[in-house]
Amino acid sequence: MTNVIEVRGVRNQFGRQVVHDGLDLDVRRGEILSVVGGSGTGKSVLLRTIVGLNRPAAGSVSVFGEDLLGLPAARRAAIEQRFGVLFQKGALFSSLTVAENVALPLVEHAGLKAAEAARLAALKIALAGLPANAGEKYPADLSGGMIKRAALARALALDPDILFLDEPTAGLDPIGAAAFDELILTLRDALGLTVFMVTHDLDTIYTITDRVAVLAQKRVLVNDRLAVVADFDDAWIREYFHGPRGRAAAQAVPPAQRAPHNLSHGGQA
Amino acid sequence: MTEAAFIDIDGGQVRLRGDWTIANYAALAPDVARQRSRIADVADVDLGAVGALDTAGVSLLHDLLGRDRLAALASDASALPPERRALLQAVAGVIDAAAPAPRAAGYAFGDIMERAGIAMLAFWRHVIDIAGFIGITLETSFHVLLRPRRWRITSLVANLERTGLDAVPIVALLTFLVGAVVAFLGATVLTGFGASIFTVDLVAFSFLREFGPMLTAIIVAGRTASAFTAQIGSMRANEEIDAIRVGGLNPVELLVVPRVAALLLALPMLSFVAMISGIVGGMLVCALTLEISPTMFVSVLESHVGLRHFIVGIAKAPIFAFLIAVIGCLEGFRVEGSAQSVGEHTTSSVVQSIFIVIVVDAVAALFCMEMGW
Repeated sequence: MTNVIEVRGVRNQFGRQVVHDGLDLDVRRGEILSVVGGSGTGKSVLLRTIVGLNRPAAGSVSVFGEDLLGLPAARRAAIEQRFGVLFQKGALFSSLTVAENVALPLVEHAGLKAAEAARLAALKIALAGLPANAGEKYPADLSGGMIKRAALARALALDPDILFLDEPTAGLDPIGAAAFDELILTLRDALGLTVFMVTHDLDTIYTITDRVAVLAQKRVLVNDRLAVVADFDDAWIREYFHGPRGRAAAQAVPPAQRAPHNLSHGGQA
Repeated sequence: MTEAAFIDIDGGQVRLRGDWTIANYAALAPDVARQRSRIADVADVDLGAVGALDTAGVSLLHDLLGRDRLAALASDASALPPERRALLQAVAGVIDAAAPAPRAAGYAFGDIMERAGIAMLAFWRHVIDIAGFIGITLETSFHVLLRPRRWRITSLVANLERTGLDAVPIVALLTFLVGAVVAFLGATVLTGFGASIFTVDLVAFSFLREFGPMLTAIIVAGRTASAFTAQIGSMRANEEIDAIRVGGLNPVELLVVPRVAALLLALPMLSFVAMISGIVGGMLVCALTLEISPTMFVSVLESHVGLRHFIVGIAKAPIFAFLIAVIGCLEGFRVEGSAQSVGEHTTSSVVQSIFIVIVVDAVAALFCMEMGW
């Protein structure tokens, strides 16, 4: 499998505090990669570095085989259009309705007319599992779970190649979180998306993740299939995957069903 | 990078080719609208030659083929690979829910009346809110005043620095310039009557009675009322106000009383700075253009201008201060959770406080004139 994202030797530091030092990470085409790590290990900083919101002090980030940090702004913007980002708190534009939030990239980048954009926006909103009347609401009127879904609809607006999710299921009820997982799986299978996900949700990791990257000691400690990562010899990883919550999540999903590219999930979202 | 997309119609078969993606959406949409009726009864649809397909493309397929044929394609295992069927099913499953609800038709005259009514009602509620908030602030202030242990000295001093000390340069500069302008006006008009010495009276009277406190109040309304609204408003948007309440504390005591108290102290001091600096501005113009030396200026000031003018002016400052602080804080509490709302209420607080400052000043001027003060 080819790598769509290659992070090499990245160093991030804020003042004297070094967050990453010599960090390497590969994300393969079509996979769902979960990035886990303790608080303050820089999971979100890594995501921000890849999408270009944070310039690393050293190292390189290449996406689709092109070094993002060395590209001219226009080329870089063209690549960034192929990203969809779901921010932790949604980051919906509070002065626009949900439908306008989703339609904005369609009008600005895909050059659609307002009416066409509104129709496609309504489709994305429905795809993200929101009721039809959610489109005309403002972000301030939505619950936490609905904000996540609306933000996913906006992230999917341009049918991106890579979807970045920052804690997608945090703050969702278990039913909503499971449906969200299914939805991401369906979209990945249907659209050939590559998903880069920062998450703490063990259920998500066990049900839909292909590979897991563990951030610790300022770098990626291990980046492999779940079974390999869970058996890795490190105190934090053992605590994480074999603590009470990890065991419960593992038991809930028998290994047989945990196959990557499980297409039988398709269409049930 | 993307291939163009086509619809081929060949007798009893429809063949779709190319990339049915968002990039081709704008080009394909008119084609789809045109061909839809032509292929309404063609059952044989071949998607085998379609390159890339995304949700926008499926939405077009839905427009072209209709729901039933799309569903048939999605469930026909032989026609398409499983991941493509999954996409069709995922979109077909939600596309009916995505149909926009028809908008209620408007009725122009009724809408105008409705808007006017809503605006009147909002204004009336707002007046009641201000009166209520003034009451709450006064009540809490007296409550705190009697208990020195609950005075929040740190907060008071911090606010005093931000609203008072930090505003001194801008207040001094602007009133200095206005003082110079007033003196120029006086010099131009009064010299014609041979009464140029009265320029001193003009500058002194106007700055002690009106311009000193009012200009300061307007500058402070722009600078501090907006700051109060933005501070309290973002705390509200961030649920910090709710956290204060739940923690058993009183947000009015914690946030409003120190701000009101700080401005009550700061605005009279700033007004005094404004009076001095405006008179100095006038003095400079008098010295340069009218040959009235500063010594003469001061002696005219001493003999012509009584203390009561200063008292009338400085007495207005605390009233302005209270109104500005209360409006700034109240607008902060009215913020509703979004960045847009913070902006709207900040604007509104500046407009309201400048409005109220000028209205109160006009009423006070009339009152003082009638009283002969």
